[in-house]
Amino acid sequence: MIPVLLIVVPLLSGLAAFFIKQEKGVKTWALLSTVITLVVSLLGLTVLNKAANLHADAEWLPLLGSRFTVGLDGMGQVLCLLTAVAFPIILVATWNSTYKQAHNFYAFMLLSQAGLMGVFLAYDALLFYFFWELALIPAYFLCSIWGGEKRIPVTFKFFVYTFIGSLLMLVGIIYIYLHTPDQSFALDAFYKATLTNKEQGWIFWLFFIAFAIKMPVFPFHTWQPDAYEQSPTAVTMVLSGVMVKMGLFGVIRWLAPVLPMATWLNGDTVALLSVIGMIYASLIAMQQDDLKRLIAYSSIAHMGLMCMAIFVTSEQGMQGVMIQMFNHGVNIIGMWIVVELIERQTGTRKISELGGLAQKAPGLTIMLVIVALANVALPLTNAFIGEFLLFTGVFNSTVSKNSHWFAAAGGITIILSAVYTLNMIQKVFYGNTSSLTASFKDIRFNERLVLGILVIVIVVIGVYPRPFLALTQETVDTILSRMIIKQPS
Amino acid sequence: MNAIVISAIWGVVMMFSGIFSKNNAVIRGTAVTGLALLIVVNCLELDGTSLFKVNVHGLLYFNSFSLLFNTIAFGSTLLFTLLSGRDMERVGRSTPDYFALIFFILCGVSISSSFNSLLMLFLGIEIMSIPLYILTGTDKRNLKSNEASLKYFLMGSFSTGLMLMGIALIYGAKGGFGLDVIRFGTTELTPMISAGLLLLLVSMSFKVSAAPFHFWTPDVYDGAPTVFTSFMATVIKAAGFIAFLRLFDDAFGDLHPKWQLIVAVVTAATLVIGNITAVFQQSVKRMLAYSSIAQAGFMMFALVALNETGKQGLLFYTAAYSVATIGVFAVLIKMKDYTFEGFNGLAKRQPVLAATTAVFLLSLAGIPGTAGFMAKFYMLTAAVSNGHVLWLVIVGILCAAISVYYYFRVIQAMYFKDGEAQVAEVSGTFKFLLVVMAAIVVLLGIFPQWLLDKLYFFLI
Repeated sequence: MIPVLLIVVPLLSGLAAFFIKQEKGVKTWALLSTVITLVVSLLGLTVLNKAANLHADAEWLPLLGSRFTVGLDGMGQVLCLLTAVAFPIILVATWNSTYKQAHNFYAFMLLSQAGLMGVFLAYDALLFYFFWELALIPAYFLCSIWGGEKRIPVTFKFFVYTFIGSLLMLVGIIYIYLHTPDQSFALDAFYKATLTNKEQGWIFWLFFIAFAIKMPVFPFHTWQPDAYEQSPTAVTMVLSGVMVKMGLFGVIRWLAPVLPMATWLNGDTVALLSVIGMIYASLIAMQQDDLKRLIAYSSIAHMGLMCMAIFVTSEQGMQGVMIQMFNHGVNIIGMWIVVELIERQTGTRKISELGGLAQKAPGLTIMLVIVALANVALPLTNAFIGEFLLFTGVFNSTVSKNSHWFAAAGGITIILSAVYTLNMIQKVFYGNTSSLTASFKDIRFNERLVLGILVIVIVVIGVYPRPFLALTQETVDTILSRMIIKQPS
Repeated sequence: MNAIVISAIWGVVMMFSGIFSKNNAVIRGTAVTGLALLIVVNCLELDGTSLFKVNVHGLLYFNSFSLLFNTIAFGSTLLFTLLSGRDMERVGRSTPDYFALIFFILCGVSISSSFNSLLMLFLGIEIMSIPLYILTGTDKRNLKSNEASLKYFLMGSFSTGLMLMGIALIYGAKGGFGLDVIRFGTTELTPMISAGLLLLLVSMSFKVSAAPFHFWTPDVYDGAPTVFTSFMATVIKAAGFIAFLRLFDDAFGDLHPKWQLIVAVVTAATLVIGNITAVFQQSVKRMLAYSSIAQAGFMMFALVALNETGKQGLLFYTAAYSVATIGVFAVLIKMKDYTFEGFNGLAKRQPVLAATTAVFLLSLAGIPGTAGFMAKFYMLTAAVSNGHVLWLVIVGILCAAISVYYYFRVIQAMYFKDGEAQVAEVSGTFKFLLVVMAAIVVLLGIFPQWLLDKLYFFLI
């Protein structure tokens, strides 16, 4: 019941939003819909937390052996919660932005939420593929219609990259499907597929490229900074906060447990790519003058760390990925909100043209500093828990012989991330005011509200992460036992 | 049999309808009635009711595959007539004749979908082609239309010649025209059979515009009046494929491993050439001509794989492709300017037209949630399960990714660019039909079993 609602509510309200022509009306409608989704998601997490409520199954394509199977396990709960939390926050934070043809904008936003929910809930490979693409189409329209100056080519590049990736994945899905014992697309059938090591080896890359483009992992990342820069900020928040998690999620649910041998075999290669990407992205982030690009590159570095931890597998690492997927989403949305606020008032995102905001807007500064410190994983913030687990996991991993090296190289990026983040804070918020920032006003109520909520989430998870870790423990156990790393308990 | 007789009769009826009525609406109405009747009698035959008892001496063989395809072809023609029938009147003054020719073509389509002998294949293809040469040249004062007609005629006759030579060689080797006669005992490639097979392959490739025999396609599609291009690119092309598949499955199925590679190479070439050339087009009409070549490449997957999935998939593909293409062409006919720039800003002026065109283009590009995805999915599954042609699958998906470029260029023009798209007057009925077709495309994409169930139960 719960999973169906999570998909249907945004889907139907999104379709309805196309017909609400008043801007105010459609804004309220969208907010209402996302709040309902959030409530449903919270109910699924707490009160209605029974297996019967968390799974649904219906006939879909009987001839092909594909069923409409959706369900919520621990990992699904975390990511659906992230999606459910992110959208109302984004809508409130950008409440004062105006869009031409607002009804279309909010309709596409809600449809992309439906697509994302579907990806995180699907237990059937064909259904997963459907939602995987359906999340992309609204994003394509959102970026191309309401984006910046170079939006059309940039968004197109983003689209083609992901589309090629997903087609490769489709071939992989079909191949595994033909080798399942009962010719079915169900996740359980995929676990039972009989594939030789050689077959696993090449199917692995079909899947991995699709997920790597989405994350993005070096060298498939080139679409990302441009797309983040050119998209309207509300969409950038969706892309970077939620949509990139599709890649990690895909690896954890559809790649590692389905093709365990290949994951073992290629683990070091992927980890190496991740490490290269992390260092490379951190170094570039240090050179950036544009706030959006800086955050985009920092995001590549953080995603690389999570990807590395999945492939240098260990229990702590996997737990770290679970919690860090949520944390990264929350933190980066916080960062984007601040950027959006600055850009809306000053009209620029160039670090060199800003300065002295702390005098003008103390409220904003406090919020930003907390979010930024969370971004560099300071203790007491949520990202510290996540990254600590990730690094311990990578360091102690028994799967890879080179895990120490990976951990050490990854550690450098933490230092680099502190360098560029603190540098950014210093240049934007301290120093003398520039002509653009002289008349800067502090944040309004709604912005204070969402940033406040984000800060509370950051600190609460940073201090008391146990409920979260308990939630995903079972998923981690299942996946590790599928990967023949841990005995099923 | 029902369809063959009725379509021939109705063609004659249409020819004389011009004498009794000068009112085009009446003539259109007669044509629509005829098409509806064709669908009904064809469905009756699917149920086992044959209106005409004719002893065909094994020359024709009606199974559910051919009858289902007929239904799809007649249905597409009906949609085409409802959407674009009015635009036919603008081509020239002899509207009744155009409809008569279309019915004769449908007669040819039903023969070539149910032939059981090479003679009937030849007859079917010719009955289909000759009216088409005329339709291509109907815009008499337009030099391009004349050129297209002549070119099509010359090239078509040439390929027919090749086909006859192939048929003669096969006849020489096996002593009969029947598909079962040819299949019986043919497990080795003797020189006569391989020469005949190759000639038949070339001539059929020509008919379905597979590379490297596709050179006529862009010129003919571009020169012909746009209404008829729409018909040519959908129903005719699909019929060619059904004949192609039947010929190679029923007559040469046992030789499949021997000709698979060469057909796979033709497929790959078709995909690559069609898609890459489409990227460089400036006119949407020419782009659609190349896109039809590219889509032909995907339909050839059924031939390469030659399994049940492929056969079902081909029928589904023809339906999905025809509906989407007819829709795009119907909108294109209404445009004043056929270049990509001509579509700039269409979404603001005509939101319904733009939205439905976007759905059709997404379907052609194979985006999930549209019929085009399920069609491509079937083709890929067929090829992967065959197991020998994984390289072709990879070529296929790379080409599918390229195709996104030119289909999305139209969407970009309509939605993301500002401009004053010039559109002819469109009626409410036209918009309504477009919305219905878009709904069909989406519903077939999400619940393909509505069509697939039928295919499955009739084919097994």
